[in-house]
Amino acid sequence: MITFSINGQEYEGQEGWTILDVARWNGIEIPTLCHHGAVEPYGACRLCAVEVDDGRRSRVVISCMYPIKAGIKVQTHSPRVLNVRRWIVQLLLDESPEAPQIKELARSLGVTPSRFQKTGVDFACHLCGLCVRTCQEVVGVQALTFGNRGLRKEITSPFRTASKDCLGCGSCVYVCPTGAMEQLFSRVAG
Amino acid sequence: MQMQIKNFDDLELAKKVGLTELYPDKPKILVGMATCGLAAGAQRVYDLLHKKAQQAHWDGVVEKTGCIGFCYKEPLVDAVFPGNPRITYETVTPEIAESLWMEMAAGKIPENHVMARLDVDDMILDGGPRKFYKGKLTGFLAKTPRYEELDFIKLQRHIAMRNCGFIDPDNLLHYVARGGYFPLYTALTAMSPEEVINAVTTAGLRGRGGGGFPTGVKWASCRKAKGWPKYVLCNADEGDPGAYMDRSLIEGDPHAILEGMLIGAYAIGSNEGYIYVRAEYPLAVKTLQRAILAAREAGLLGENILGSGFSFDIKLNLGGGAFVCGESTALMASIEGKPGEPRAKYVHTVDKGLRNRPSNLNNVETWANVPVIIGKGADWYREIGTEGSKGTKIFSLVGQVKNVGLVEVPMGVTIKDLVMQVGGGVPESREFKAIQIGGPSGGCIPKEHWDLPIDFDSLWEAGAIMGSGGMIVMDNSTCMVDVAKFFLDFLIDESCGKCIPCRLGLKRMREILEEFSTGKGSLADLDELESLSEAVKDGSLCALGGSAPNPVLTTLRYFRKEYEAHILEHRCPAAVCKALITYSINPETCNGCTACAAECPQDAITGEKKQPHTLDPSLCIKCGACFEVCKFGAVAVA
Ligand SMILES: Cc1cc2nc3c(=O)[nH]c(=O)nc-3n(C[C@H](O)[C@H](O)[C@H](O)COP(=O)(O)O)c2cc1C
Ligand code: SF4
Ligand code: SF4
Ligand code: FES
Repeated sequence: MITFSINGQEYEGQEGWTILDVARWNGIEIPTLCHHGAVEPYGACRLCAVEVDDGRRSRVVISCMYPIKAGIKVQTHSPRVLNVRRWIVQLLLDESPEAPQIKELARSLGVTPSRFQKTGVDFACHLCGLCVRTCQEVVGVQALTFGNRGLRKEITSPFRTASKDCLGCGSCVYVCPTGAMEQLFSRVAG
Repeated sequence: MQMQIKNFDDLELAKKVGLTELYPDKPKILVGMATCGLAAGAQRVYDLLHKKAQQAHWDGVVEKTGCIGFCYKEPLVDAVFPGNPRITYETVTPEIAESLWMEMAAGKIPENHVMARLDVDDMILDGGPRKFYKGKLTGFLAKTPRYEELDFIKLQRHIAMRNCGFIDPDNLLHYVARGGYFPLYTALTAMSPEEVINAVTTAGLRGRGGGGFPTGVKWASCRKAKGWPKYVLCNADEGDPGAYMDRSLIEGDPHAILEGMLIGAYAIGSNEGYIYVRAEYPLAVKTLQRAILAAREAGLLGENILGSGFSFDIKLNLGGGAFVCGESTALMASIEGKPGEPRAKYVHTVDKGLRNRPSNLNNVETWANVPVIIGKGADWYREIGTEGSKGTKIFSLVGQVKNVGLVEVPMGVTIKDLVMQVGGGVPESREFKAIQIGGPSGGCIPKEHWDLPIDFDSLWEAGAIMGSGGMIVMDNSTCMVDVAKFFLDFLIDESCGKCIPCRLGLKRMREILEEFSTGKGSLADLDELESLSEAVKDGSLCALGGSAPNPVLTTLRYFRKEYEAHILEHRCPAAVCKALITYSINPETCNGCTACAAECPQDAITGEKKQPHTLDPSLCIKCGACFEVCKFGAVAVA
């Protein structure tokens, strides 16, 4: 067993667990977007950020991937963490002001749309990759993939045509936290 | 050159043969043919000299060599006449080469177009200096400045670049002649792996790829890591725009990198190496290919190297050219054939890197330093540099500075010395304003801090980074808001887009800056920009996002007044931000030459010949053409 602290209180976990695992096990709230128990962590949304002091320095890490270590001190709501989280939610909210999950996150963090908010987009894809990972790891086919990079990064099917591999099972639509996959689905499934 | 180097005697013999080739008993002409030389036309110069020498059955040698750093004086040609100092000729066009040739063919050392002379070749790895001549110099030779007397060279010390500009990079024997592969022999036969690691640790070598991580510590962790095989990797991705020190090292002295990797592999316990090199560097790729082949043929790569029982080989991997592929985890993903995207490093790559095996990645320049540390000893190396940053660093000095080029200086040289002495200062009638250190995600350091010593820790404290060593000098015609926008644009383009803080955060930062440069925004937005910068730094997955806010944060820190002028006064003090400047014509100084009116693409300028002209601001698109063309300073910009 590994002993360490979260918000000043001691917790235990097993070798190989992440901070998020231990936090969830003990009912400590850390918001996540790209994490899902059924697939491997990907570390893209950064919403699950926490601050970890390992005795040498204190830095912001993501709890869904950071393996617990003996003696570390974890803060789930430090000013640095909240700054990161608020900005992520602000940026997401401005991208798709109508997405229910984002709206809920924004409400809980007191974030409101800014003057940079986009209009006319209801459910923007946030590239959390849950659909891609579910398709590969759970369904076992590769009907979905990432295309492009940077601001043009997108979810697409290999070769950008209706995917031969797609079973039409809809798992991606089910797992998508934003509702974006619903719109993409017809393009991928053909 | 099918020479086998299997033991110490072979190495000695190779050196002897190499020396007779390096410094033959006959005259030698060297042409600098790295990419910078080629870009300036060195190929034509070389071809011409080569052809002339052949036609004349000249009893001498015409040879190519790498870049010695004087990129602004390329093409460079050197004359090495036995018993005489080595003379360097600058900006040699084919015409100049022809005239030089006429004299050299007649056995004379030409006196025109001379840049400097070199009296001794310090051959740091080979027991010390070799003087080119005996006795006293007379005539023009005596009057020619020595290399060490040139402002550009005075503060420099070539350790990583030790062979650049001296050897033919394709000639393995040249490398051995200057003491190459002897350190490898020492390491393999007289040192345990731990002793090698200790030497590198004691020497204080820190990674030259940007982070400054202690190299010996990294090697020790990789040696300790469980897993097999282990990989030794060289990062030659060099994606910083305007930076080309790694390219130059490869093109000038590829074996230094191979030997460094060999020594590292022995210390770490690895038999397989990769060099990840940008495909956009065709000459570097070719040079590496040839060097690897030559080393294999000689037996310096492969099985049972130098009879020690140690085996190691190196493969080349061509990078796709994305900036982010230089990041360690993205680089490894790319070698595996996956998209070059970073991943979390909470498990270090020395434990689980390439193919999930222990992997040690170092930068080209880091590797090139290793043979010197083993050859000269850690104590010798420690003498150079500062307390926390040992050795030298190569910088590519570009921007608004007179001497543009590659410079290798001891750590701890001040910004002022680097810009004003080595760089020769900014162009006349301009003033030094700031220097961007560390590439696109480095920081802008202002003149007030130009006494800052350049080392890893001082730069870090000042908000900049060593980065790979890109340095852009800016004078007072530069707007700092514009600079911040420029670097952000590059980073937004290069972001892989995987994580939200980098993908969307940088874009938002750019949007806020755009408001400033159009006179919008408020002071509160400066705080917003700062807190967003912190969020991007803290929240991003890899160091691209983690360091991307540096240009914004440092310009905010050192040039806040300039930001405030944009926001509060809707004024761009450097007169760069188009939305905030107006052009007008001063009727007092305008003599009606009509030059501006002819140049204006908008026909915004009207007036009779020899009468003061007027500019209609409603038509003006602020292209600045009138300002540039007016010889009488009558066009005002404010
Ligand atoms: C976006 C990004 C680009 C990088 N590009 C390079 C590069 O072109 N060359 C390089 O040596 N290191 C680069 N690095 C640093 C590497 O990740 C790594 O730290 C380095 O190669 C380790 O070698 P060193 O310890 O010898 O410096 C880059 C890092 C980031 C985050
Ligand atoms: S479509 Fe949905 S699940 Fe897929 S990456 Fe976008 S937001 Fe995530
Ligand atoms: S910080 Fe930028 S480059 Fe690095 S993983 Fe995130 S999006 Fe990609
Ligand atoms: S939930 Fe951890 S990075 Fe997305």
